[in-house]
Amino acid sequence: MSALPPATRPRPGGRLTARVSRAGAGFVTPFLIAFALVFIAPLAYSLYLSLFRNQLVGGTQFVGLDNYAAVFVDPKFWDGALRVMLFLAVQVPIMLAIALVAALAIDSGRLHGRRLFRIGLFLPYAVPGVVAAMMWGFMYSDRIGLTGSLNDLAGFDLLAPYAKHWLLVSIGNIVTWEFVGYNMLILYSALKNVPTETYEAAAIDGADQFRIVRHIKLPAVRGALVIATVFSIIGSFQLFNEPQILKGLVPNLISTSYTPNIYAYTLSFQGNQVSYAATVAIVMGVITAGIAYLVQLRGMRRDS
Amino acid sequence: MKNHTMRRALAAGAGLALAGTLAACGGGSEAGGGGGDGASADEIEAALQEGGELTYWTWTPQAEKQVAAFEAAYPNVDVNLVDTSGAADNNQALQNAIAAGDGVPDVVQIEYQSLLQFQLPGQLTDLTEFGFGDLEDLYTPSTWGAVSQNDGIWGLPQDSGPMAFFYNEALFAEHGVDVPTTWDEYIEAGKALKKADPDVCIGNDTGDAGLATSLIWQAGGQPFRAEGEQVTIDLADEGTTRWADMYQRVLDAGILCDIPGWTDEWFAALNDGTIASITFGAWGPGILEGSVPDGAGDWRIAPMLSYDGTPVNAENGGSSEAVPADAPNKLLGVGFLKWLNTSDESIDEFMATGGFPATVKQLESDEFLGYESEYFGGQAINEVLVAGADDVVEGWQYLPWQSYANGIFADTVGQAWLGETTLADGLAAWQAENVKYGTDQGFTVTE
Repeated sequence: MSALPPATRPRPGGRLTARVSRAGAGFVTPFLIAFALVFIAPLAYSLYLSLFRNQLVGGTQFVGLDNYAAVFVDPKFWDGALRVMLFLAVQVPIMLAIALVAALAIDSGRLHGRRLFRIGLFLPYAVPGVVAAMMWGFMYSDRIGLTGSLNDLAGFDLLAPYAKHWLLVSIGNIVTWEFVGYNMLILYSALKNVPTETYEAAAIDGADQFRIVRHIKLPAVRGALVIATVFSIIGSFQLFNEPQILKGLVPNLISTSYTPNIYAYTLSFQGNQVSYAATVAIVMGVITAGIAYLVQLRGMRRDS
Repeated sequence: MKNHTMRRALAAGAGLALAGTLAACGGGSEAGGGGGDGASADEIEAALQEGGELTYWTWTPQAEKQVAAFEAAYPNVDVNLVDTSGAADNNQALQNAIAAGDGVPDVVQIEYQSLLQFQLPGQLTDLTEFGFGDLEDLYTPSTWGAVSQNDGIWGLPQDSGPMAFFYNEALFAEHGVDVPTTWDEYIEAGKALKKADPDVCIGNDTGDAGLATSLIWQAGGQPFRAEGEQVTIDLADEGTTRWADMYQRVLDAGILCDIPGWTDEWFAALNDGTIASITFGAWGPGILEGSVPDGAGDWRIAPMLSYDGTPVNAENGGSSEAVPADAPNKLLGVGFLKWLNTSDESIDEFMATGGFPATVKQLESDEFLGYESEYFGGQAINEVLVAGADDVVEGWQYLPWQSYANGIFADTVGQAWLGETTLADGLAAWQAENVKYGTDQGFTVTE
């Protein structure tokens, strides 16, 4: 608005203002209705639920903020939350580094079969997460899977994806396989936005490929990298499919509170504790939003 | 009924999705929720003759044929059969439907161990009001005991699962190992098999909570006592400790394969002769015949392994069918249920493809006892299975929240299978978790 010349600005309180705002409301209403139904209503309902307690004996009672007080001292919740934070700290940097290298390689134009690589890397993202987890779950099996064949070939237990201390790494491998292509695409599209003149100018100045990468390409993808990081943080905190599927194969290694989402699921669907499950989900949501927001703030500040 | 549903749905605030299904919930509710709406046998029969629609949830493989026979007998009744695929999915769907107050079935299959979980919050119809008390003599004492707790009748038994020892005789013979009859012999036989072929395991177990509780039951343990809201948990009683001491030796001997049951890997291992024996309920023959074709002629059934030679047994699995308190067509549901689990027509259909009934008449019939199974090398398997039913230890009870308790079994006792703890310590941890949960759920729990 501020860019408009003063002459065309409508008089305060004039007829035009009223008409514009009515028309605007008409345009916005369908969105607002959908937004209220699919975003606000579930959140509000979860908040409402979290104020009660469900009991097999005595039914449902209002307990105020008791559930929140309980979550903050619940060792099972924190056990799961710390596990996904560890997962986040290790898996996300590795995944994004691979995605970045892949995006730079494809963008360099020096790769034969560029399209094949791009589609090949992206393809795992098109495989539903549950299917991917089942597929890897079989491959990890020492008895019937690829792991067994490799160990036979090596003559000793080369790989033990289902050993207790390797399990989180095994899950990280599945998640990385699934999402490298997706993140590569985000970064690659950012690279595509760099005007070709920039490269021409750099070439005239005698910059080699590594200088171009360092001084043009990396700064160009920084914004996209922040977005990819935020998505990955959210994804890590919501870790569910992969451990839940693997639990069927190695039941004792993955507890019912392995990740906060699995914990909430168990509470709700096995434990008849819908309200407490809602509380866990809300607290985890707030933590996720907080961390994602901090990362975004930091990323954007560097950007400017 | 409709208003009640509406209020719940609005409170749920789940918006359009739920509101849309409300239109489908205008159905008849002549016998709405709550108690005090009983009917006589004549009234039930009249309702069936008049007809209508009813919904039946089950994962029983024979259900389709049973329903077809029922619809032939009562042509005015239309049964909407829903396959819920298994106990866990079934219970979850039922819990959700009851919570939403919408889509509740009229008749639903519920495992004995899960009945209390639905009965305590008042979600099941007390069938006493429909004269079902007269049916007691039709069923074995243990199955009737399972459906009639807390001063009511909450379902009718469909089948039962007295355990037996299923073993691959050819495999034992091949390695020259004697078939065990006691748990001590089981451990020795397991070691002998391992020695003969390191790939062979005498059994498989990764900490199946259902099997563990059945084996505790067999050992004479009574860790759970439930009387209404009073619950006692003692997972260190004499019988439970007896099981834990024995089974710890099984685990320490390293004779079990760590293959979880009911997985593809498990079926493969049964087919290729990796797993030499297994403890099943009496429903086991159908599983082996259906899913382990390579074992045809090789497998046999023996009485359950004992501790000291005295036959002693327990049940594993087994289901009843019940009528939810919020069933929209309750009277029809009650009528269908009665036909389903008392009529010869229905039970014969159930037994025709491997079902193991809960009714005394069928269990004791000469035809059933004399049946020689081709799969089991011509063995009269039902003689063994029925005899096993007589040795079941009386007085066992499950927790009112058994399915949740089984869910957290792996977190606690299951760690003993990894060697991270002992069974005794794992049981203590399981007890602590259950005491906490029970207390949180409003029970008075004593240890």
